[in-house]
Amino acid sequence: MITRFLWQGMDRNLRLCVLLVLAVGIALPLANLILAATNPAHVPSWVLQLFGKYLCYALLALAVDLVWGFCGILSLGHGAFFALGGYCMGMYLMRQIGTRGVYGNPILPDFMVFLNYKELPWFWHGFDHFWFAAIMVVLVPSVLAFALGWFAFRSRVTGVYLSIITQAMTFALMLAFFRNDMGLGGNNGLTDFKDILGYSVQASETRAALFFASAVALALGLIISAAVVSSRFGKALTAVRDAESRMRFLGYRVEGFKLFVFVLSAAMAGVAGALYVPQVGIINPGEFAPGNSIEAVLWVAVGGRGTLVGPIIGAVLVNFGKTWLTGALPEVWLFALGALFIVVTLLLPKGIVGLWGQMKSRSQARKARAPA
Amino acid sequence: MNAPTMRSTSALLYLSGVTVSFDGFRALNNLSLLIEPGEMRAIIGPNGAGKTTMMDVVTGKTRPDTGEVVFDGLADLTKLDEASIATLGIGRKFQKPTVFESHTVRDNLLLALAGLRSWYKLLLATPTREENQRLDEILSIIRMEAQQHMLAARLSHGQKQWLEIGMLLAQDPKLLLVDEPVAGMTDVETETTAQVLREINKTHSVVVVEHDMSFVRALGVKVTVLHEGSMLAEGTLDQVSADPRVVEVYLGR
Repeated sequence: MITRFLWQGMDRNLRLCVLLVLAVGIALPLANLILAATNPAHVPSWVLQLFGKYLCYALLALAVDLVWGFCGILSLGHGAFFALGGYCMGMYLMRQIGTRGVYGNPILPDFMVFLNYKELPWFWHGFDHFWFAAIMVVLVPSVLAFALGWFAFRSRVTGVYLSIITQAMTFALMLAFFRNDMGLGGNNGLTDFKDILGYSVQASETRAALFFASAVALALGLIISAAVVSSRFGKALTAVRDAESRMRFLGYRVEGFKLFVFVLSAAMAGVAGALYVPQVGIINPGEFAPGNSIEAVLWVAVGGRGTLVGPIIGAVLVNFGKTWLTGALPEVWLFALGALFIVVTLLLPKGIVGLWGQMKSRSQARKARAPA
Repeated sequence: MNAPTMRSTSALLYLSGVTVSFDGFRALNNLSLLIEPGEMRAIIGPNGAGKTTMMDVVTGKTRPDTGEVVFDGLADLTKLDEASIATLGIGRKFQKPTVFESHTVRDNLLLALAGLRSWYKLLLATPTREENQRLDEILSIIRMEAQQHMLAARLSHGQKQWLEIGMLLAQDPKLLLVDEPVAGMTDVETETTAQVLREINKTHSVVVVEHDMSFVRALGVKVTVLHEGSMLAEGTLDQVSADPRVVEVYLGR
């Protein structure tokens, strides 16, 4: 039943995308591990790390697109789900440090020793097991999304009001996580990770495996999203996006559709965050910053809202531009981001993917008009 | 559902003493109305008479302050939301054709088709043979087989109207509420719409809200005149137009 469900979204284009993502997930780590550093096709470790980050951002963008592009819920707080997933993974990684911390305490992470904690706070229990952390990575963002969505969708909060609520949520979480007595490292967050599943996070093999895992997660995200979107549920979902009250008068209980997709999207964002943290080596409250969530929305807009490939293209391209520009002309980046937003809004309402579609339909129209 | 246990009336739709106020303004004022099964009723009245509010109350969009709204003798509509009311069998057509523009004609009909509404069942559902047959039937009734895979956004205004009628057929409501169906239509289109509504009325009860007197005349059904949120007169169009109070309301003092 589940395979049939997952298979229903698999058209030719999607299969191609999934294969492409997986191919990148295999080729880049291999080119990093096997090829000698002198080989022109060798991929340096920093490039691998950078693209690993992009893959996580792409999954986050896909999650944002699932709610925004297909259900019309403009979430300006998806960075919060991403960061929560990241924190869950970070807590696991902290517990793996053991006695190798600066203070050598076998139970308490360094920052707790420093802050005079006597024992592990209750919510840290269980995070020494990977399976527990893996469940929490999905569960914590999902529960938050469920709670928020339950109240918001039932009270029929829509449009800009919902956007503001999600924005306020991530801002409130940022303030909370900045506090030292949250027991999550306060300002500095969680860092100095050593091992994941017994392997050193610094080792190039581990990095390659994390990169591959990110590619697999993205491919899975694509398959699940495609299955949801192409099902009859997905048809109802886009109908809710386009004419919500019409759907109600047809007898659909719109809240259920919104809630399901919002929770699914939060879970995907959480997984993206969990894969991001071991690759960048730190998670701190800055990840909750409202700007991060807004940037994620921009990736989707650039790539193409309401398409499955668009957010991936957008996330990789914008972040590539960011990496390049913040290196070359650091002070220009924010202006470039603003300009990008204006250009996309004015000229590319359907993003890069939409541009391709526009050109295709235009050439078709020209062909149709041309005398036979 | 706080339904009366006994069937209290033979009427399909029964409004009694319904009052709705918005910030002190009484949009409906102690309105009572009876629609019999199989009936087609035209509701007319000047702007602000409460026609649309009446529809909103029946479809669950607006909760009345006081009064009773009973559908099919059993269900108290004032306690239900839009989705439950629609599932009970009340369909609504809006003044502007609202079809789902990013879906194909066939998918529009599939979404409207009576039956599956729960989100988790829809995740796995594929259209059954019966559903596909029904869709083919409706497509041939509205004469849109050729356009069935076309996106609704690309349809002309008239085609959208037809598609919406098809969607109402697919929804198969017991009672159909139609809001100003001929606003902005040419005379020929108005006449066709009247024919279509009479056709639909053979199998469904219909309530039509309309401004256009010539259209109401073409329908040739019982007319209810609303004024300031209450019923002013009821009868054939000739009877109500002869009523001096109706004349006064329409022509002004």
